[in-house]
Amino acid sequence: MRAASQILTESFLDVRAKLLEVAATLDRIDRSADQDESLSSAAQGQREQVDAAIQILLSQGPDRAERLQKLFSRDYDSSWRQDMKL
Amino acid sequence: MDYIDPHIHMVSRTTDDYATLARMGCVAMSEPAFWAGFDRRSVDGFRDYFHQLTDVEPKRAAQFGIQHFTWLCINAKEAENVSLSRDVIAMIPEFIECPNVLGIGEIGLNKNTKNEATVFLEHLELAIKYDQQILIHTPHLEDKYQGTRMILDMLCDDSRIDRSRVLVDHVEEHTIGEVLDRGFWAGMTLYPVTKCTPDRAADMIERYSGERLLANSAGDWGPSKPTAVPDLIFEMRRRGHDESLARKVVYDNPIEFFSQSRNFSFVPRDSGSESDS
Repeated sequence: MRAASQILTESFLDVRAKLLEVAATLDRIDRSADQDESLSSAAQGQREQVDAAIQILLSQGPDRAERLQKLFSRDYDSSWRQDMKL
Repeated sequence: MDYIDPHIHMVSRTTDDYATLARMGCVAMSEPAFWAGFDRRSVDGFRDYFHQLTDVEPKRAAQFGIQHFTWLCINAKEAENVSLSRDVIAMIPEFIECPNVLGIGEIGLNKNTKNEATVFLEHLELAIKYDQQILIHTPHLEDKYQGTRMILDMLCDDSRIDRSRVLVDHVEEHTIGEVLDRGFWAGMTLYPVTKCTPDRAADMIERYSGERLLANSAGDWGPSKPTAVPDLIFEMRRRGHDESLARKVVYDNPIEFFSQSRNFSFVPRDSGSESDS
Protein backbone atom coordinates (compact mmCIF):
# COMPACT_ATOMS: atom_id res chain seq x y z
CA MET A 1 0.00 0.00 0.00
CA ARG A 2 1.39 3.41 -0.92
CA ALA A 3 1.85 6.08 1.74
CA ALA A 4 -0.74 8.86 1.93
CA SER A 5 1.85 11.50 1.04
CA GLN A 6 2.88 9.57 -2.04
CA ILE A 7 -0.73 9.17 -3.20
CA LEU A 8 -1.38 12.89 -2.74
CA THR A 9 1.79 13.92 -4.52
CA GLU A 10 1.18 11.57 -7.44
CA SER A 11 -2.48 12.64 -7.73
CA PHE A 12 -2.06 16.35 -7.06
CA LEU A 13 -1.89 17.65 -10.63
CA ASP A 14 -4.77 15.40 -11.69
CA VAL A 15 -6.96 16.55 -8.79
CA ARG A 16 -5.99 20.17 -9.38
CA ALA A 17 -7.01 19.88 -13.03
CA LYS A 18 -10.37 18.29 -12.15
CA LEU A 19 -11.12 20.94 -9.52
CA LEU A 20 -10.31 23.68 -12.02
CA GLU A 21 -12.74 22.12 -14.50
CA VAL A 22 -15.48 22.17 -11.84
CA ALA A 23 -14.66 25.77 -10.88
CA ALA A 24 -14.62 26.93 -14.50
CA THR A 25 -17.93 25.16 -15.20
CA LEU A 26 -19.60 26.86 -12.21
CA ASP A 27 -18.21 30.23 -13.37
CA ARG A 28 -19.59 29.57 -16.86
CA ILE A 29 -23.03 28.79 -15.44
CA ASP A 30 -23.01 31.92 -13.27
CA ARG A 31 -21.90 34.17 -16.14
CA SER A 32 -24.68 32.89 -18.32
CA ALA A 33 -27.24 33.17 -15.52
CA ASP A 34 -26.21 36.82 -14.94
CA GLN A 35 -26.89 37.68 -18.58
CA ASP A 36 -29.96 35.53 -19.03
CA GLU A 37 -32.52 34.51 -16.46
CA SER A 38 -32.43 32.25 -13.43
CA LEU A 39 -32.03 28.49 -13.77
CA SER A 40 -35.01 26.34 -14.64
CA SER A 41 -36.40 24.28 -11.77
CA ALA A 42 -34.80 21.11 -13.18
CA ALA A 43 -31.44 22.86 -13.60
CA GLN A 44 -31.76 24.41 -10.15
CA GLY A 45 -32.17 20.90 -8.74
CA GLN A 46 -29.01 19.81 -10.53
CA ARG A 47 -27.16 22.86 -9.23
CA GLU A 48 -28.23 22.02 -5.68
CA GLN A 49 -26.97 18.48 -6.18
CA VAL A 50 -23.60 19.84 -7.29
CA ASP A 51 -23.44 22.10 -4.22
CA ALA A 52 -24.32 19.13 -1.98
CA ALA A 53 -21.64 17.06 -3.70
CA ILE A 54 -19.03 19.74 -2.98
CA GLN A 55 -20.04 19.66 0.68
CA ILE A 56 -19.47 15.90 0.69
CA LEU A 57 -15.99 16.43 -0.77
CA LEU A 58 -15.21 18.82 2.08
CA SER A 59 -16.38 16.35 4.73
CA GLN A 60 -14.27 13.71 6.46
CA GLY A 61 -14.51 9.93 6.20
CA PRO A 62 -13.37 7.06 3.97
CA ASP A 63 -16.62 6.82 1.95
CA ARG A 64 -16.95 10.11 0.07
CA ALA A 65 -17.27 8.32 -3.29
CA GLU A 66 -20.05 6.09 -1.95
CA ARG A 67 -21.91 9.07 -0.47
CA LEU A 68 -21.58 10.99 -3.75
CA GLN A 69 -23.01 8.01 -5.61
CA LYS A 70 -26.00 7.89 -3.27
CA LEU A 71 -26.51 11.65 -3.61
CA PHE A 72 -26.87 11.18 -7.37
CA SER A 73 -29.17 8.13 -7.02
CA ARG A 74 -32.91 7.65 -6.88
CA ASP A 75 -34.20 6.47 -3.52
CA TYR A 76 -34.85 2.80 -2.86
CA ASP A 77 -38.31 1.89 -1.57
CA SER A 78 -38.43 -1.53 0.09
CA SER A 79 -42.15 -1.86 -0.64
CA TRP A 80 -41.62 -1.80 -4.40
CA ARG A 81 -42.85 -5.40 -4.88
CA GLN A 82 -46.16 -4.66 -3.19
CA ASP A 83 -46.49 -1.40 -5.14
CA MET A 84 -45.89 -3.19 -8.45
CA LYS A 85 -48.00 -6.17 -7.33
CA LEU A 86 -45.16 -8.58 -8.11
CA MET B 1 -0.30 -11.05 -17.84
CA ASP B 2 -2.92 -13.43 -19.24
CA TYR B 3 -6.40 -12.22 -18.44
CA ILE B 4 -10.07 -13.01 -19.07
CA ASP B 5 -12.61 -10.33 -19.97
CA PRO B 6 -15.81 -11.66 -18.39
CA HIS B 7 -18.12 -9.14 -20.05
CA ILE B 8 -17.52 -7.84 -23.56
CA HIS B 9 -19.79 -7.50 -26.59
CA MET B 10 -17.64 -8.61 -29.48
CA VAL B 11 -20.51 -8.62 -32.00
CA SER B 12 -20.06 -4.84 -31.88
CA ARG B 13 -16.29 -4.88 -32.28
CA THR B 14 -13.99 -5.28 -35.26
CA THR B 15 -11.64 -8.14 -36.00
CA ASP B 16 -8.80 -5.70 -35.32
CA ASP B 17 -10.06 -5.50 -31.74
CA TYR B 18 -9.72 -9.26 -31.39
CA ALA B 19 -6.11 -8.94 -32.54
CA THR B 20 -5.42 -6.10 -30.11
CA LEU B 21 -7.00 -7.97 -27.20
CA ALA B 22 -4.90 -11.04 -27.95
CA ARG B 23 -1.74 -8.92 -28.00
CA MET B 24 -2.74 -7.40 -24.64
CA GLY B 25 -2.99 -10.84 -23.01
CA CYS B 26 -6.68 -11.68 -23.35
CA VAL B 27 -6.99 -15.47 -23.47
CA ALA B 28 -10.74 -15.84 -22.96
CA MET B 29 -13.88 -13.76 -22.83
CA SER B 30 -17.55 -14.11 -22.07
CA GLU B 31 -20.15 -12.23 -24.06
CA PRO B 32 -23.59 -11.71 -22.52
CA ALA B 33 -26.57 -11.11 -24.79
CA PHE B 34 -27.43 -7.40 -24.78
CA TRP B 35 -29.27 -4.55 -26.47
CA ALA B 36 -28.03 -4.08 -30.03
CA GLY B 37 -28.71 -0.35 -30.11
CA PHE B 38 -32.20 -0.89 -31.53
CA ASP B 39 -35.23 -2.93 -30.51
CA ARG B 40 -35.52 -6.18 -32.44
CA ARG B 41 -38.95 -6.85 -33.91
CA SER B 42 -39.30 -10.61 -33.67
CA VAL B 43 -38.07 -13.74 -31.95
CA ASP B 44 -36.24 -14.64 -35.16
CA GLY B 45 -34.09 -11.54 -34.71
CA PHE B 46 -32.93 -13.02 -31.42
CA ARG B 47 -32.54 -16.48 -32.95
CA ASP B 48 -30.07 -15.02 -35.46
CA TYR B 49 -28.30 -13.12 -32.67
CA PHE B 50 -27.93 -16.28 -30.57
CA HIS B 51 -26.51 -18.06 -33.62
CA GLN B 52 -23.96 -15.25 -33.87
CA LEU B 53 -23.08 -15.64 -30.18
CA THR B 54 -22.81 -19.43 -30.19
CA ASP B 55 -21.27 -20.09 -33.59
CA VAL B 56 -19.87 -17.02 -35.34
CA GLU B 57 -18.06 -15.21 -32.51
CA PRO B 58 -16.28 -18.31 -31.13
CA LYS B 59 -14.76 -18.80 -34.57
CA ARG B 60 -13.71 -15.16 -34.88
CA ALA B 61 -12.13 -15.29 -31.43
CA ALA B 62 -10.35 -18.59 -32.09
CA GLN B 63 -8.43 -17.01 -34.98
CA PHE B 64 -6.55 -15.05 -32.34
CA GLY B 65 -6.21 -17.78 -29.74
CA ILE B 66 -9.04 -16.36 -27.61
CA GLN B 67 -11.66 -18.71 -26.14
CA HIS B 68 -15.15 -17.30 -26.43
CA PHE B 69 -18.06 -18.05 -24.07
CA THR B 70 -21.53 -16.54 -23.98
CA TRP B 71 -24.78 -15.97 -22.05
CA LEU B 72 -28.31 -15.87 -23.47
CA CYS B 73 -31.36 -13.76 -22.65
CA ILE B 74 -33.48 -10.84 -23.79
CA ASN B 75 -31.93 -7.76 -22.22
CA ALA B 76 -33.67 -5.45 -19.75
CA LYS B 77 -34.26 -2.67 -22.28
CA GLU B 78 -36.18 -4.88 -24.69
CA ALA B 79 -37.86 -6.64 -21.75
CA GLU B 80 -40.32 -3.77 -21.68
CA ASN B 81 -42.02 -5.78 -24.43
CA VAL B 82 -43.24 -8.66 -22.25
CA SER B 83 -44.88 -10.60 -25.08
CA LEU B 84 -41.71 -10.66 -27.19
CA SER B 85 -39.67 -11.44 -24.08
CA ARG B 86 -41.76 -14.52 -23.36
CA ASP B 87 -41.28 -15.72 -26.95
CA VAL B 88 -37.51 -15.26 -26.64
CA ILE B 89 -37.35 -17.00 -23.26
CA ALA B 90 -39.28 -19.93 -24.74
CA MET B 91 -36.76 -20.10 -27.63
CA ILE B 92 -33.55 -19.93 -25.53
CA PRO B 93 -33.53 -23.70 -24.79
CA GLU B 94 -32.77 -24.26 -28.49
CA PHE B 95 -29.29 -22.87 -27.77
CA ILE B 96 -28.69 -23.69 -24.13
CA GLU B 97 -26.67 -26.83 -24.86
CA CYS B 98 -24.31 -25.06 -27.27
CA PRO B 99 -20.75 -25.72 -26.08
CA ASN B 100 -19.87 -22.09 -25.26
CA VAL B 101 -23.04 -21.17 -23.31
CA LEU B 102 -22.29 -20.45 -19.65
CA GLY B 103 -25.76 -19.41 -18.53
CA ILE B 104 -28.51 -16.80 -18.62
CA GLY B 105 -27.51 -13.17 -18.99
CA GLU B 106 -27.19 -10.30 -18.95
CA ILE B 107 -30.62 -10.08 -17.38
CA GLY B 108 -31.57 -7.26 -15.04
CA LEU B 109 -33.29 -3.92 -14.93
CA ASN B 110 -32.94 -0.73 -16.98
CA LYS B 111 -35.51 1.80 -15.76
CA ASN B 112 -36.73 -0.37 -12.88
CA THR B 113 -40.22 -0.93 -14.29
CA LYS B 114 -42.79 -3.60 -13.53
CA ASN B 115 -42.39 -5.15 -17.00
CA GLU B 116 -38.62 -5.38 -16.58
CA ALA B 117 -39.02 -7.00 -13.17
CA THR B 118 -41.60 -9.44 -14.56
CA VAL B 119 -39.26 -10.58 -17.33
CA PHE B 120 -36.34 -10.74 -14.88
CA LEU B 121 -38.30 -13.13 -12.66
CA GLU B 122 -39.21 -15.28 -15.68
CA HIS B 123 -35.53 -15.47 -16.67
CA LEU B 124 -34.77 -16.68 -13.13
CA GLU B 125 -37.29 -19.47 -13.62
CA LEU B 126 -35.54 -20.43 -16.87
CA ALA B 127 -32.14 -20.47 -15.19
CA ILE B 128 -33.43 -22.61 -12.34
CA LYS B 129 -35.20 -25.04 -14.67
CA TYR B 130 -32.03 -25.61 -16.72
CA ASP B 131 -29.58 -25.31 -13.79
CA GLN B 132 -27.82 -22.33 -15.38
CA GLN B 133 -25.53 -19.71 -13.91
CA ILE B 134 -26.80 -16.12 -14.02
CA LEU B 135 -25.10 -12.88 -15.14
CA ILE B 136 -26.90 -9.68 -14.15
CA HIS B 137 -26.93 -6.18 -15.61
CA THR B 138 -27.60 -3.39 -13.13
CA PRO B 139 -29.00 -0.03 -14.32
CA HIS B 140 -27.02 3.09 -15.10
CA LEU B 141 -26.46 6.35 -13.26
CA GLU B 142 -29.32 7.54 -11.01
CA ASP B 143 -31.24 4.26 -11.47
CA LYS B 144 -28.39 1.98 -10.39
CA TYR B 145 -28.85 2.05 -6.62
CA GLN B 146 -32.62 1.50 -6.67
CA GLY B 147 -32.38 -1.12 -9.43
CA THR B 148 -29.57 -3.05 -7.79
CA ARG B 149 -31.53 -3.22 -4.53
CA MET B 150 -34.62 -4.43 -6.43
CA ILE B 151 -32.57 -7.11 -8.17
CA LEU B 152 -31.05 -8.27 -4.89
CA ASP B 153 -34.54 -8.39 -3.37
CA MET B 154 -35.77 -10.67 -6.15
CA LEU B 155 -32.73 -12.93 -5.95
CA CYS B 156 -32.74 -13.19 -2.18
CA ASP B 157 -36.49 -13.82 -2.00
CA ASP B 158 -36.00 -17.03 -4.01
CA SER B 159 -34.40 -19.77 -1.91
CA ARG B 160 -33.71 -21.83 -5.05
CA ILE B 161 -31.07 -19.33 -6.20
CA ASP B 162 -27.49 -20.35 -5.42
CA ARG B 163 -25.85 -16.98 -4.80
CA SER B 164 -22.37 -18.31 -5.53
CA ARG B 165 -23.51 -18.95 -9.12
CA VAL B 166 -24.73 -15.39 -9.73
CA LEU B 167 -22.57 -12.50 -10.99
CA VAL B 168 -24.01 -9.01 -10.41
CA ASP B 169 -22.32 -6.71 -12.88
CA HIS B 170 -21.60 -2.98 -13.18
CA VAL B 171 -21.18 -2.50 -9.41
CA GLU B 172 -19.88 0.84 -8.15
CA GLU B 173 -19.01 2.27 -4.76
CA HIS B 174 -22.61 2.44 -3.55
CA THR B 175 -23.65 -1.07 -4.64
CA ILE B 176 -20.57 -3.30 -4.32
CA GLY B 177 -20.82 -3.79 -0.56
CA GLU B 178 -24.35 -5.13 -0.50
CA VAL B 179 -23.75 -7.42 -3.50
CA LEU B 180 -20.72 -9.03 -1.83
CA ASP B 181 -22.26 -9.05 1.66
CA ARG B 182 -25.23 -11.03 0.36
CA GLY B 183 -22.93 -13.69 -1.11
CA PHE B 184 -22.99 -12.85 -4.81
CA TRP B 185 -20.06 -12.29 -7.16
CA ALA B 186 -19.57 -8.67 -8.25
CA GLY B 187 -18.32 -7.30 -11.56
CA MET B 188 -16.76 -3.86 -12.05
CA THR B 189 -17.20 -2.36 -15.52
CA LEU B 190 -14.42 -0.09 -16.72
CA TYR B 191 -16.20 2.50 -18.83
CA PRO B 192 -14.78 5.87 -19.88
CA VAL B 193 -17.60 7.99 -18.37
CA THR B 194 -20.71 6.30 -17.01
CA LYS B 195 -19.45 3.45 -14.86
CA CYS B 196 -16.05 2.92 -13.26
CA THR B 197 -12.50 3.99 -14.05
CA PRO B 198 -9.46 1.74 -13.56
CA ASP B 199 -8.42 3.97 -10.64
CA ARG B 200 -11.76 3.57 -8.84
CA ALA B 201 -11.79 -0.16 -9.59
CA ALA B 202 -8.36 -0.44 -7.97
CA ASP B 203 -9.75 1.45 -4.96
CA MET B 204 -12.57 -1.08 -4.65
CA ILE B 205 -10.12 -3.99 -4.92
CA GLU B 206 -8.07 -2.45 -2.10
CA ARG B 207 -11.20 -1.94 0.00
CA TYR B 208 -12.81 -5.35 -0.63
CA SER B 209 -9.64 -7.46 -1.12
CA GLY B 210 -10.59 -8.92 -4.49
CA GLU B 211 -12.67 -11.80 -3.16
CA ARG B 212 -15.56 -12.67 -5.53
CA LEU B 213 -14.65 -9.60 -7.58
CA LEU B 214 -14.24 -9.44 -11.38
CA ALA B 215 -13.34 -6.62 -13.78
CA ASN B 216 -14.55 -6.21 -17.34
CA SER B 217 -14.52 -3.75 -20.23
CA ALA B 218 -18.12 -4.31 -21.39
CA GLY B 219 -16.74 -3.11 -24.72
CA ASP B 220 -19.67 -2.58 -27.09
CA TRP B 221 -20.95 -0.24 -29.82
CA GLY B 222 -20.98 2.85 -27.55
CA PRO B 223 -18.18 4.80 -25.89
CA SER B 224 -16.14 1.99 -24.37
CA LYS B 225 -12.61 0.66 -24.36
CA PRO B 226 -12.16 -3.07 -25.03
CA THR B 227 -8.64 -2.99 -23.60
CA ALA B 228 -9.75 -1.49 -20.27
CA VAL B 229 -8.86 -4.58 -18.23
CA PRO B 230 -5.12 -4.22 -19.01
CA ASP B 231 -5.49 -0.59 -17.87
CA LEU B 232 -6.60 -1.91 -14.47
CA ILE B 233 -3.65 -4.33 -14.35
CA PHE B 234 -1.34 -1.41 -15.10
CA GLU B 235 -2.92 0.72 -12.36
CA MET B 236 -2.52 -2.11 -9.83
CA ARG B 237 1.16 -2.41 -10.78
CA ARG B 238 1.61 1.35 -10.57
CA ARG B 239 0.33 1.24 -7.01
CA GLY B 240 2.82 -1.45 -6.11
CA HIS B 241 0.39 -4.31 -5.54
CA ASP B 242 1.53 -7.91 -5.86
CA GLU B 243 0.96 -9.40 -9.30
CA SER B 244 -1.06 -12.12 -7.58
CA LEU B 245 -3.79 -9.65 -6.51
CA ALA B 246 -4.34 -8.34 -10.04
CA ARG B 247 -4.17 -11.87 -11.42
CA LYS B 248 -6.79 -12.98 -8.91
CA VAL B 249 -9.28 -10.39 -10.17
CA VAL B 250 -8.62 -10.62 -13.90
CA TYR B 251 -7.84 -14.33 -14.28
CA ASP B 252 -8.28 -16.60 -11.25
CA ASN B 253 -11.68 -15.24 -10.20
CA PRO B 254 -13.28 -15.52 -13.65
CA ILE B 255 -12.04 -19.11 -13.88
CA GLU B 256 -13.39 -19.92 -10.41
CA PHE B 257 -16.79 -18.37 -11.16
CA PHE B 258 -17.19 -19.72 -14.70
CA SER B 259 -16.03 -23.21 -13.68
CA GLN B 260 -19.40 -23.66 -12.02
CA SER B 261 -20.83 -23.91 -15.53
CA ARG B 262 -20.51 -27.35 -17.15
CA ASN B 263 -19.67 -25.68 -20.47
CA PHE B 264 -16.63 -23.77 -19.25
CA SER B 265 -14.06 -25.87 -21.08
CA PHE B 266 -11.27 -23.32 -20.70
CA VAL B 267 -7.75 -24.40 -21.65
CA PRO B 268 -5.07 -22.25 -19.97
CA ARG B 269 -2.23 -21.15 -22.20
CA ASP B 270 0.65 -23.62 -22.24
CA SER B 271 -1.27 -26.19 -20.22
CA GLY B 272 -2.36 -28.35 -23.11
CA SER B 273 -5.25 -29.68 -21.05
CA GLU B 274 -8.62 -28.43 -19.91
CA SER B 275 -8.86 -26.54 -16.64
CA ASP B 276 -10.43 -28.36 -13.74
CA SER B 277 -10.05 -25.48 -11.32
